[in-house]
Amino acid sequence: MVELIAKSACEGLLPLSIGSVTAEEPEYAVMTSLSAFADPSALDAALSKAHGLELPLPGQSTSKGGLRCLWFGRDSVMLIGVAPDPALVEHGAVVDQSDAWARVTLSGAGAVDVLARLVPVDLRAAVFRLGQTARTQLGHMQASITRTAPDGFEIMVFRSMAGSLVHDLKRAMAAVSMRG
Amino acid sequence: MRIECPICGERDRREFYYQGAAVMLARPGDAATEAEWQSYLHLRENPAGRTDELWQHEAGCRAWVVVTRDTTTHVIATVRLATDVAQTREATG
Amino acid sequence: MRISGKGMVDRSKPVTFRFDGVPYGGFAGDTVASALLANGVTLMGRSFKYHRPRGVLSAGSEEPNALITVGTGAQQEPNVRATQVEIHDGLSARSQNAWPTLDFDVMAVNDLAAPFLGAGFYYKTFMWPRRFWESIYEPVIRKAAGLGALSGQSNGDTYEKAFGFCDLLVIGAGPAGLMAALTAAQGGADVILADEDSLMGGRLNADSAGVAEQAGSDWAASIVAQLAAMENVRLMPRTTVTGVYDGGTFGALERVNQHHGARSGGAALECFWRITARRSVLAAGAIERPVAFRNNDRPGIMTAGAVRAYVNRWGVAPGKRVAVFCNNDDAHQTARDLEAVGLHVVAVIDSRADAVVEDFDGQVFAGAQVCNAGGRKALESITLRTAGGREETLQVDCLAMSGGWNPTVNLTCHLNGRPAWREDIHAFVPTEGAVPGMAAAGACAGVFSTAGCLADGVKAGKAALQALGRKPVDVDLPAAEDAPYRIAPLWAVAGGGRAWLDFQNDVTVKDVSQAAVENFKSVEHMKRYTTQGMATDQGKNSNVAALAVLADATGRGIPETGTTTFRPPYVPVAIAALGAGSQGHGFAPERWTTSHFRSVEMGAPMIEAGLWYRPSYFPRAGEQTWRESCDREVGYVRNSVGVCDVSTLGKIDIQGPDAAKLLDFVYTNMFSTLKVGRVRYGLMLREDGHVMDDGTCARLGAQHYLMTTTTAAAGAVMRHLEFVTQCLRPDWQVTFTSVTEQWAQFAIAGPQARVLVNEVLDVPIDGESWPFMACGAVTLGGIGGRLFRISFSGEHAYELAVPARFGAALFDELAKRSQALGGGPYGMEALNVLRIEKGFITHAEIEGRTTAFDVGMGRMISAKKDCIGKTMAARPGLVDVNRPQMVGLKPVDAQAKLTAGAHLFDAGVETIRENYQGHVSSVGYSPDLGRMIGLGFVRRGPERMGEVIHLVDRMRGVETEVEICGTVFLDPEGERVRG
Repeated sequence: MVELIAKSACEGLLPLSIGSVTAEEPEYAVMTSLSAFADPSALDAALSKAHGLELPLPGQSTSKGGLRCLWFGRDSVMLIGVAPDPALVEHGAVVDQSDAWARVTLSGAGAVDVLARLVPVDLRAAVFRLGQTARTQLGHMQASITRTAPDGFEIMVFRSMAGSLVHDLKRAMAAVSMRG
Repeated sequence: MRIECPICGERDRREFYYQGAAVMLARPGDAATEAEWQSYLHLRENPAGRTDELWQHEAGCRAWVVVTRDTTTHVIATVRLATDVAQTREATG
Repeated sequence: MRISGKGMVDRSKPVTFRFDGVPYGGFAGDTVASALLANGVTLMGRSFKYHRPRGVLSAGSEEPNALITVGTGAQQEPNVRATQVEIHDGLSARSQNAWPTLDFDVMAVNDLAAPFLGAGFYYKTFMWPRRFWESIYEPVIRKAAGLGALSGQSNGDTYEKAFGFCDLLVIGAGPAGLMAALTAAQGGADVILADEDSLMGGRLNADSAGVAEQAGSDWAASIVAQLAAMENVRLMPRTTVTGVYDGGTFGALERVNQHHGARSGGAALECFWRITARRSVLAAGAIERPVAFRNNDRPGIMTAGAVRAYVNRWGVAPGKRVAVFCNNDDAHQTARDLEAVGLHVVAVIDSRADAVVEDFDGQVFAGAQVCNAGGRKALESITLRTAGGREETLQVDCLAMSGGWNPTVNLTCHLNGRPAWREDIHAFVPTEGAVPGMAAAGACAGVFSTAGCLADGVKAGKAALQALGRKPVDVDLPAAEDAPYRIAPLWAVAGGGRAWLDFQNDVTVKDVSQAAVENFKSVEHMKRYTTQGMATDQGKNSNVAALAVLADATGRGIPETGTTTFRPPYVPVAIAALGAGSQGHGFAPERWTTSHFRSVEMGAPMIEAGLWYRPSYFPRAGEQTWRESCDREVGYVRNSVGVCDVSTLGKIDIQGPDAAKLLDFVYTNMFSTLKVGRVRYGLMLREDGHVMDDGTCARLGAQHYLMTTTTAAAGAVMRHLEFVTQCLRPDWQVTFTSVTEQWAQFAIAGPQARVLVNEVLDVPIDGESWPFMACGAVTLGGIGGRLFRISFSGEHAYELAVPARFGAALFDELAKRSQALGGGPYGMEALNVLRIEKGFITHAEIEGRTTAFDVGMGRMISAKKDCIGKTMAARPGLVDVNRPQMVGLKPVDAQAKLTAGAHLFDAGVETIRENYQGHVSSVGYSPDLGRMIGLGFVRRGPERMGEVIHLVDRMRGVETEVEICGTVFLDPEGERVRG
């Protein structure tokens, strides 16, 4: 029997602190993509019943305790922090995505300025509030960006692009810190 | 250029993939003639003025959208979900 | 010369810099131009074509003459304006376009040849012989005429780009811009105020006029401080808005660190901003225009406003004996300001007969014109023609000239707007609505008094608030001068000699007249014939005068003559700034598989496959060439077992009640009939009947499939599936989730494949439970994985997938264990040979022009159902037997080389395009066959088995005979794969 050791997407690349901004890789969490086949209300009800979470509206996320559900696209949401209840498969596609995304949290007073160098969406606190989420680009990468704290964001890109994500973040963090 | 995605709101053009004329929505049916297929695939209007185009919010929510745009002013009149436009087409035959 | 007690430079902070190697002193707040003038240096450059000595003409970004190169070596930046470069300790600047020195320039001989070098000279002279153009004429001309040069070295400097958002973007921080920003900000709008100067305030810093009973510059500073304290305002000094784009998008270039020369540790020199604004106010001011007269380009001749700026803002006397030459009242202020600081104003020469210079006691020549300037490297005298026609010479070392002011309308024209001519101010002003959401205010809208600009700014700020749905607020309007702007047009002074219009491109009045004579009467033709307005300054201070001269020469009015088109960028933008972040690893995302680091560690050269990096081969000690490694790795698969990371292939999870129906629609063959736990090869067409992609698709459940795409087409196939469901079949219930990144997947191929698989699986498999094309769930050390019995090599093979976090560990296990079985990991080169030996296609074969018929899969288009591309694939031209169709190719001479891309011809015929019979798509060396083999496309190929055909590759000098054969070179019965 083999024993396989898990390796996270950003292992050896993070954490990284430059100036007031820190990039870290959060702990491994089960992530599941949920997509309703048709009417999402049945999936919504099943999600509420099984996990006590509502299906988030576009650009929003819902949370309860350590569980979160992020809007993730026109017909999909991402359930984070719990193995999905088997009952959910009755109402849509339930697909494991725990390993598909490189996840990075970016925090600090300058985090929003770092992202302003990479992301073509207005992420300032007055516009992009706590819990809001966006599917957009970070540099040339497709990304999911969520405000998780007054000066904190969670960023996801394809797992294989972890190196490029850290490269781009590092450069932007240096530029922001050099502005003082 | 900014495009108002019906799901995500106004976004920069760089998030979108451009397909072409929205006639691609009207796939010829079983009884279609060769000429209809030829027209569907290869013949395009080149209007100075309003035109319907298919774009995909590829780096965003991944919805296909029909953008109605004026080629002379670049002003975008409407952006509709392609599913809505396609369903309306089906309903009205 | 500095004027004591005058100016806004910080005299407590002396700065030393070098110009052409000579150290000069200045103060913090100086530009290179102001500091050089303070040191008595007026000669700052040589002109483009005639190498005439030139001094500074202006005090802003429109400067045509004083272009310098800043920095040295790889970091040198050419063609920057001395009027914008702020001095700092250690700054090294150089003049351009002069050799051996600025003072003694050999190429100044061009000036003597001027009679032969007028407009159109090149077009007329260097016409023949034709071949001389590229080899002789152009290089010589380019060397003689020119600007600063790039170093030719890679520049490691850092540039940034950034995205900005606001309710209101105010462009320009003069009196109008400051008031617009203040009004809007007080009304609660989110405001960005951008100004290209280091110091906000615009002309308030350059003029002596007061505002609200204090110096204009002090008032501006107080408003800037007020704005800086507001949370909803972002001040962006040193930021030039360079372009206007659709939907309220603007480009802006910010000078971040250039002014203190910081380059280390990632400090960006410049930042290119993409600003999105719901509304904008253009308050870009106006640019003063010169008057064309003989030798009006002598160093020491400047615009009147520039002279005031040097005196008032920088405390610099541009000369000791100054004359003013103008056609408007505004320039009179220059005479008054000079006198106020004790400088000698020799005379005011005003072309208007009725001109009265208020509050000035010196000599005034009304109705007179300056008709010549004396001196070569510095102005020594001017000759004027009085109202009575008498010529008089005055000894002066500086002439302040003004032909009036041009509103800076440029940005309002970037979306195809055309400015409108206003006869009362003899200038073009923006057309309302030229840019949606943009209002012009102040001098750029033709409002020239300070009071008028302040009021116009408030008005624009209020209008913006209203448009943004906010309540307009009342803002106190400070008191300021409100002098009327009186002007009578004067573009060019009559007389012989060369009178300059476009200083930077050396275009004279005569050149423009010559264009008209030769029938280049359209302003667009004139521009291109004379090159007026085509230099780096884009003719900012010459366009209007040039078209006025053209209008005169063609007998039309200025409005009918019209302007050329203003295009972005407003000022030159370094490519490095536009492409910031894209150098090196920033060029494109790099996708690494979970086996990436181990592969690199094993010495594998990584090759790009789209954005992915894949190992080419895994070299062993002692191997001299890649072929040795490749042959060895092919041998692993054919004789024992090889392992290859195939995670890069696209994997799409497809679910829903209509999943099977969808697959039947997008694949040519049937998938609704596929059994759960089985895999099938599928072919996908474009709607025009050509092959889009191929791959396997596994049925994991009744409503659950897993589609595999090629690495290259993964993104395109996903987009296609979304198009089909959203646009063509919106009622079908089916979902797609990319799981490419979720699973690390490894091919395990060769006679020992099952042995290796069973070493890592918790529950061993056998041939019965996992026949060819079976799939299902497995566990490895308790971890859930997926196993597919599929083969891309023709051998007994599997693909084993685990969640990506275990990918690195599994690769290590498989590599180690396969080596123990006499095999090992293999790379792309071996993979390619293995698949060619079996005739399996890749995008080398399905390259966008080939059909299912061409690749021998015509029968895979099911007759039982419709599918994308089915109708068009049946077009007669796409199933014509004369089309080149896929065949195998093997050389007659076992030693011969084959190349992909080579063309095929019938033996004995001339190898010309008309005789083309086909081409080679893929080649590789087959260790089993002991020769190179290939796949290719040949007309009527399947009918020509055994025929010998001629292969020609002129690019690589290959010519040989090849035999047409079947596409399967090994194990044609397919026994191994089922074994």
